[in-house]
Amino acid sequence: MNILALDWAFAIEKMVLIAIVISVSLVIAMYATYAERKVAGFIQDRHGPNRAGPFGLLQPLADGLKLFFKEEVIPNHSNKWLFVLGPCLAMLTAMMTSAIIPWGGTVEIGGRMIDLQIADINIGILYVFGVVSMGVYGIMIGGWASNNKFSLMAALRGASQAISYELAMGLSLIALLMLTGSLSLKTIVEQQISGNWWNIVYQPLGFFIFFVCALAECNRAPFDLPEAESELNMGYHQEYSSMKLGFFLFAEYINMFISCAIIATLFFGGYDMPFVDETKLSGMTALLTGVAALFGKTFILIFVFMWIRWTLPRFRYDQLMNLGWKGLIPLALLNMVVTAAIALYTMK
Amino acid sequence: MQSLTQRAKSVDRSPLSWLEKIYVWNIFKGMLITFSHIFKKKVTIQYPEQTRPFSPVFRGLHVLNRDEEGRERCTACGLCAVACPAEAITMEAAERLPGEENLYREEKYAARYEINMLRCIFCGLCEEACPKDAVYLSETFAPANYSRKSFIYGKPDLLIPDPVTKPEEYKEAKGLIEKKKKSKS
Repeated sequence: MNILALDWAFAIEKMVLIAIVISVSLVIAMYATYAERKVAGFIQDRHGPNRAGPFGLLQPLADGLKLFFKEEVIPNHSNKWLFVLGPCLAMLTAMMTSAIIPWGGTVEIGGRMIDLQIADINIGILYVFGVVSMGVYGIMIGGWASNNKFSLMAALRGASQAISYELAMGLSLIALLMLTGSLSLKTIVEQQISGNWWNIVYQPLGFFIFFVCALAECNRAPFDLPEAESELNMGYHQEYSSMKLGFFLFAEYINMFISCAIIATLFFGGYDMPFVDETKLSGMTALLTGVAALFGKTFILIFVFMWIRWTLPRFRYDQLMNLGWKGLIPLALLNMVVTAAIALYTMK
Repeated sequence: MQSLTQRAKSVDRSPLSWLEKIYVWNIFKGMLITFSHIFKKKVTIQYPEQTRPFSPVFRGLHVLNRDEEGRERCTACGLCAVACPAEAITMEAAERLPGEENLYREEKYAARYEINMLRCIFCGLCEEACPKDAVYLSETFAPANYSRKSFIYGKPDLLIPDPVTKPEEYKEAKGLIEKKKKSKS
């Protein structure tokens, strides 16, 4: 019985880790909706939600409850199977990316070295790109299955945006990978911890491009054309109601959280607490400071995402494509070439 | 061209510089502006707890007044109904019977006195027309309701509490706002 020869402790460890990571990202996404409304309120000289519970902290629960109680409408002529599959895929792909993020260092519990990372695969970044590209399917399938012209157009818009910006994103990362020489996120973080500087110092332009593309990939303002409520008649989720709509919106917040975590990992040292030498701390403290550092960085980045959303107006579609193809891609290519030249020069 | 107001600003139409063309710097400046707003005073009035103060001449819901002894002042003369441009006031007069002197101030009183708050335009002409100081406009407005019928306010809704039997409520109603809101909600 080969299957019983499985390392059960290993399997359980990973299961627990998966459960924790998924529930944490769900809770964070939940409170990201709350934070979003608070940030929006503060920026617009308002209070934001403050009625449900102290400081409005129960607002996300109230919102979720409301969505669950809403009538679930499936359009008559829609393809029902695909119609349900759309939001599921969006949610699934949003969650899957979290598998390769190193949430913290390694700790020894009961003689086992436990990594706070679900899977340290050697092609980590490629995996992220693969899964993120699959996110487009959620949008496309959802928009197409609605059997509605507006949804379909919005889905096409969303898909073309995602594909255009993925290109620049990949190019900006290549420059970073030239410096790190590894695709594994764990290795990238460890290099940043042992080295003097975080990657942002070596790759400021790369970070900038990656950040802009991450905004576009998450469909965040100013790139939120796929869901332009007012001027483009909603988006691919126009026909969705109840929790299926909630899933689409929720997936977006999870995406935002995960992409912020990835940016923090790639450019801001991941679980590296600044000005603290982790090697001098004991196992558990080092682990916890690491996790705290990563989450702190992620939350700051999420705040910046929201800050941008409530500052900038939406791009027009041609502006979006211009920026992507004529702005970011040449810039990313230039960055790549310059980095390559410098890397060659310094390495010899 | 001469500007109409002092505040007119001329728009800079000069072509964008390179720094402006890539937008990043201007976006950064804009973000600083929004960030500074986070710490500004909130303009929200937290409604049920806080209310915006009305001016002392605000004309809100009507109140039918009583005299110091708690007797209704209204004699159903109908001047308010005549003065009302929206024809919102209806009344029926009745004669005071012996033994009702503690209820009504004069020999005639309004058995029925109704104001349709959906018709009323809160002009205050009834208040001006009243020779007996019987009808007043308070500082409350009509609260929302589900049916049209409930917007026809009868005597129980309009009469001010009795100053003899319920002195506190009377005082409160004189102060007006909060009291009216509660009795309607």
